[in-house]
Amino acid sequence: MTRAIVLPRIGTATAWRDAARGLLAEGVPPEEVCWGDDTATAGLFDTHTAPSSKRQVSVPRSFISMAETVVWHSDPQRFARLYEFLWRLQSAPWLMTDRGDAGLAKLRALEKNVRRCQHKMKAFVRFREIGDPKAPRRSFAAWFEPTHHTVEPTAQFFRRRFGDMDWRILTPDVSAYCTDGVLSFDLDQPKPDLPSDAHEDLWVTYFRNIFNPARLKVQAMQSEMPKKYWKNMPEAAAIAELIATAPARARAMAEAAPTLPPARAAQAQAMQSRNVSAWAHPAEDLPAAIRACTRCPLHECATQAVPGEGPPDADLMIVGEQPGDLEDLQGRPFVGPAGQLFDASAQAVGLDRSQLYLTNAVKHFKFTPRGKRRIHQRPNTSEIDHCKWWLHAELREVSPKLVVAMGATAALALTGDGKALSTRRGTVENGSDGVPVLITYHPSYILRLTDAVRREQVLQQFRADLSLAADIVSIEATTP
Amino acid sequence: MTKLTLERKLAILSEAAKYDASCASSGSTKRDSRGGKSIGSNEGSGICHAYAPDGRCISLLKILMTNFCIYDCSYCVNRVSSNVPRARFSVDEVVQLTIDFYRRNYIEGLFLSSGIIRSPDATMQDMVQIARKLREEENFRGYIHLKTIPDAAPELIAEAGRLADRLSINVELPTDASVERFAPEKRPAQIREAMANVRVQKEVAKDRSHTGKRPPKFAPAGQSTQMIIGADGSNDATVLGQSTRLYSSYKLKRVYYSAFSPIPDSTDKLPLISPPLQREHRLYQADWLLRFYGFGLEEITSVTPDGNLDLQIDPKLAWALAHRGLFPLDVNRASKELLLRVPGFGVKTVSRILTTRRHRHLRYEDLVRIGASMKKARAFITAGGWSPAGLTDSADLRARFAPPPQQLSLL
Repeated sequence: MTRAIVLPRIGTATAWRDAARGLLAEGVPPEEVCWGDDTATAGLFDTHTAPSSKRQVSVPRSFISMAETVVWHSDPQRFARLYEFLWRLQSAPWLMTDRGDAGLAKLRALEKNVRRCQHKMKAFVRFREIGDPKAPRRSFAAWFEPTHHTVEPTAQFFRRRFGDMDWRILTPDVSAYCTDGVLSFDLDQPKPDLPSDAHEDLWVTYFRNIFNPARLKVQAMQSEMPKKYWKNMPEAAAIAELIATAPARARAMAEAAPTLPPARAAQAQAMQSRNVSAWAHPAEDLPAAIRACTRCPLHECATQAVPGEGPPDADLMIVGEQPGDLEDLQGRPFVGPAGQLFDASAQAVGLDRSQLYLTNAVKHFKFTPRGKRRIHQRPNTSEIDHCKWWLHAELREVSPKLVVAMGATAALALTGDGKALSTRRGTVENGSDGVPVLITYHPSYILRLTDAVRREQVLQQFRADLSLAADIVSIEATTP
Repeated sequence: MTKLTLERKLAILSEAAKYDASCASSGSTKRDSRGGKSIGSNEGSGICHAYAPDGRCISLLKILMTNFCIYDCSYCVNRVSSNVPRARFSVDEVVQLTIDFYRRNYIEGLFLSSGIIRSPDATMQDMVQIARKLREEENFRGYIHLKTIPDAAPELIAEAGRLADRLSINVELPTDASVERFAPEKRPAQIREAMANVRVQKEVAKDRSHTGKRPPKFAPAGQSTQMIIGADGSNDATVLGQSTRLYSSYKLKRVYYSAFSPIPDSTDKLPLISPPLQREHRLYQADWLLRFYGFGLEEITSVTPDGNLDLQIDPKLAWALAHRGLFPLDVNRASKELLLRVPGFGVKTVSRILTTRRHRHLRYEDLVRIGASMKKARAFITAGGWSPAGLTDSADLRARFAPPPQQLSLL
């Protein structure tokens, strides 16, 4: 016996689900069901309501969400295809993840059609104002001709979007109305005569002028905005003319001779030069000069040069390797993880950061991009040499009693000696500028150590070195 | 001077805005106006409300607040030395136009940019005021993209970030030297500092306070930038090198490549060419390979000796043809990383292959149903019922994909 199941055009998704659940519970195979919607002429068979049964049927969640989209397709076979696949799913629940299965591939294709149709509806519906623009709730209406039965599933989108106005979208199939935030639907509306709307002309003006006649890509436009939608879009009327005149307009631009600048230009440029002096860095010359540095190629990749920071009469100067990711972004030295470790260690031995002059041997961040991260790279000798110029200038300005060189790069820049740190740390060497240099580890070296015991040991040595530096310059401990 | 009509202003100021490629409206916070007191929504995915015959989508009302500008950037239609007609919108005109277009479902929101008038701060102030009125007086919940002015005061940028979904600052050209040459008033270092500032503020806005309260979101759809292609002599390796640095340094959502296009009333400093659209397309493809397919910069740009991408075939195919030793791959065994390198397989195709092959052995027909582009892929893979045999190493493989050589026009 064949059963004919007729589904309504409004509320189709729920109706199909109820019907399918009932049939499945009763064990009716797909070949015994004949599906249709209420536009189809009365079938050859008697109409049946789907049986309702208490038996539980379990269906993968992914199937339900697919089915809730596919039911809106215009393909008359959609209900049957869904039920047939659902039937197969009962004995093979893994089928939903078998993307090579012909039945699933077809349903997924239908689903894609409906989703695209919904998306195009969200994009191409064009409202006209039908009420008083001064009314507390304004009202708008649109005539639209969707390819599939997409009005009902898409209406919620419009309700979410246009919360403070009333609207209606009329179509030859299902029409949607939203009044005071409440949705309703009805069927088979004739095309209304909507009043003209002055904003449509403004919109067409915008469309004509945002188009660049020098780059004509008609195919690209048409694949995204198929011609079938054009008749209800006011801007589409301009397309033919825009395409036809584009080559001539592009040629005219190319052939036009350059003109002389208007009189206004000189005046504007004068205004501009006033602005420049207003943006210049007001600080002493050195930090500004460092920020403007282009001595080596590192400046092209980094955000900014990071000059030293601290009182210009500091007794102790701390020199690291180079700014890291955060220092580069913020323009201040020692603000990243290594800076935090330094701050904590300095505080532990009674050094006050605000009394120290902190800087780096190289002023720009050197890195290689890896995806969304920047990986630190050690500066090479030539970059260190170029930047020595700035380090020496800072040394001259501050003239500290002692410099602490953290890490091999700083040691090389300050002493000219690039030998390994392990034998040198904790000792004071003669700097090439005549200032004594205390050699120690760089805090980021400590952060990179994975062996906890070794890490603790190196951290103790680092603290001891800072403590020694404090003793040498005998800065008053400023612990709170 | 006669007063311009709104329509004439709109014509002038949209004409002036069209050289900005970005029109994205995706990836912001989810919000809607169901409460009945506001207007607008944002659901994550962007919507293109129309397409112009130049193939570009129209998602936002993309306009300049004014095209008066005191800068003199050679590539720009609005530079001070150009004789194009000028106009200026008032704050209310932009606000009303945005809302009226939005209510008619023409747009997703506003993309506001501006020429520099008086001073960078004064210009930025007006732009921020437009965004503030839209959000606070019109209760607008749609999308706002503000083009920030690099040398505007940090407080203005901070407020712009709280009101807008996306901020952008254009790096303009691929190298610092070209920026200095063609945009004499712009400083590349300052542009980078402004982008760094946006990234830092965005990250600060993610931290909860000690009470667990979140600060207001800062530019939830991120920041983007644009580079003009073909105005200077930079090759594609330079362009892509610049964009990988920008992505990693400032966590940009997108770098837009814009083929240098003829503009009305151009200068003699930049001879007009027909826009290198194919090159622009290849750069976008390469950009995707770098971000979503695990390719390294070197791999893509080392295929050709001059560091430019092959214009006739896509960069993935060009890479595969240069590394045929790796192919054919067995789709039933190859790793995800390698499958992503097969020409004709996209990210979706690969994930479908991986889930399906857990159940069974994949055949050629399965791949067709999965949605792979087999015309390209078949030379590089083996599957049930398919082996490319000599095809992978055949001498004419490239010729099968490249468009036929065109005879030069006699005129």
